[in-house]
Amino acid sequence: MKQNALSIETQNLTRVYRRGSEEIIAVNSISLTINKGDFVSIIGPSGSGKTTLINLLGCLDNPTSGKLVLGGRPIFGNSAKLSEHDLTKIRRETFGYIFQNFYLIPTLTVRENVMLPLTFYCKPGAQKNVDDSLQLLGMEHRKFHLPGQISGGEMQRVAIARAMVNMPEILLADEPTGNLDTKRSSEIIRILQDLSKQKGLTVIMVTHNLELAAHADRTIEMKDGLINTSINQDAVTAKSD
Amino acid sequence: MITNFQIAYKNLLRKRIRSFLTIIGIALSSWVLVSLLGFNQGYEKALNKDVDNMGFQMMIMAKGCPYEAATLMLKGGTGLKYMQESIMKDIAKEPDVEKITPILMSAVFDPNKGESGGIAAYFGVEAKSYNEMKPFLKFRQGGWFVDENAFEVVMGFEAAELEQREVGDMILMPEKNVKFKVVGILNRTGTQDDGTIFAPLKTLQKIFNRPDEITTIGIKVKKGVDSSRLEDKLYKLPDIQIVSLQQVKDTIMKLISTAKIMVLSIAIIAILIAMVGVVNTILTSVWERMQEIGILKTIGAMPLDIFKLIWTETIILCTVGGILGVIFALILARVTDILIRTVLPYAPGGSLVLIDTKLVLITLGAIIFIGLLSGIYPAWRAGRIRPLEAIRGEVGK
Repeated sequence: MKQNALSIETQNLTRVYRRGSEEIIAVNSISLTINKGDFVSIIGPSGSGKTTLINLLGCLDNPTSGKLVLGGRPIFGNSAKLSEHDLTKIRRETFGYIFQNFYLIPTLTVRENVMLPLTFYCKPGAQKNVDDSLQLLGMEHRKFHLPGQISGGEMQRVAIARAMVNMPEILLADEPTGNLDTKRSSEIIRILQDLSKQKGLTVIMVTHNLELAAHADRTIEMKDGLINTSINQDAVTAKSD
Repeated sequence: MITNFQIAYKNLLRKRIRSFLTIIGIALSSWVLVSLLGFNQGYEKALNKDVDNMGFQMMIMAKGCPYEAATLMLKGGTGLKYMQESIMKDIAKEPDVEKITPILMSAVFDPNKGESGGIAAYFGVEAKSYNEMKPFLKFRQGGWFVDENAFEVVMGFEAAELEQREVGDMILMPEKNVKFKVVGILNRTGTQDDGTIFAPLKTLQKIFNRPDEITTIGIKVKKGVDSSRLEDKLYKLPDIQIVSLQQVKDTIMKLISTAKIMVLSIAIIAILIAMVGVVNTILTSVWERMQEIGILKTIGAMPLDIFKLIWTETIILCTVGGILGVIFALILARVTDILIRTVLPYAPGGSLVLIDTKLVLITLGAIIFIGLLSGIYPAWRAGRIRPLEAIRGEVGK
């Protein structure tokens, strides 16, 4: 399985939600660059805007203003505004998504869940990744089980295998360990780390757990929709200790 | 690779009872539709067979109500009108007439028939001309009577079964207390002849005190002859009416059309209910799986992919329901036949519900087409779901 990583660049990226007459600035004019092959964690308290940011970076949400450039290609900003159809194409060609709640299809077996993205879009050579991914994530022996028959940690491994099957360039993980115990969380983080190091994949992970964030190459701390520029990775590692 | 069909099929298994009930709803409408269409073509075919098996294309009767005449000829009955036998000579002179046969219909009340008695139909016929008119009549036992004045009868298949008579047995005509010898029993024809007892014309004229009188003249027209032209000529004869068999068919089909419209309305209502059921089932399923659909879009499904997935579910439901309905219709065709007979003013012999391959394919096609129509809205709604809103559970809020 060989991945081609992509860089991400944002300029003044802003997302404002409206609730009645009230305006909530979830992400406030964020400018950042994530280099290809980076393993970046985004931390911050609840409501700080970290999930909104990762959704914007993953083209799941549209910014209210600002620019988003993926591997040199403008996605949002200036005159660039892609249609939902084009965004879907970018999503399936570029990203792999992992969620806190796994979102596996309960009626499909582990193997079928992993091969599900290939039903809609299949990169050349992606077929063989189904069993390779399962093997890589230590789930081959469970491939004919239904999601309801495996543990939470195993479900998240399956979700990672599903995210990896179409050889994405960027892996986005929103609280991937939120529903797991410490041991399983460490396992998942180690897997993400390996994917970043060994396959050169760009990994962006949202977490509220400093200990897990410390495994990343770089950490972005968010508060009230803004990035705390003062934090560096050494500080995160120190805090987690 | 996992296919759309596999995903859709497995999803339908998730809510088995709901899917099952929806399928039953579709199956019931499919059953009604197949039975109705089967009745439409079966009734006409059975009626044609009944009329064609009469052996003649035209009947001449004493002047009266044409509906009564038609029913009388097909079903037998009372309130008979008579005409002179001599009229046959004038008819036979017509060059367009190929064959001609006289019939004296008569009916007697048989107290031993059924639980509370019933009508026994006796036809006085000339064996030679009647046989020429209906060469397809075959004998199970014996043959036609030879002497036109003999007290002998030929029994239709069902009449013989009912009376439990064999050739050589005697049979008593109720009311008249006259004994006949059974000389022949016909094979089953699936027509009115099965329940009829045939006696020599002259004998019956004597018994019923109708010398030289008959009720009906059957006419076989020469091939290629314009029968309406012949009718015009025959109408010059006094006090007769002509019933062409096409006219009989048309009259009966008119009577039956009301029943057909009623059944068709029921079928349409059943189909509409099934359609609403399909829309409801699929739409509920879409709302319940909102997050899953969001995830499918996140991992690469285009709106059209989701549309096709949801549509596939509808197609599976409708195809299975449609096939099940056809199976119901085939298995229960006999029951449907009996039920229809109870409500119709006149039902010909043979099967009234005729289900063939073409009909099955048309019905399945119609059911699947209706299912596809029903699936458009839920599939379209599902295709429009935005992934992030679906994952957050914000759709519809």
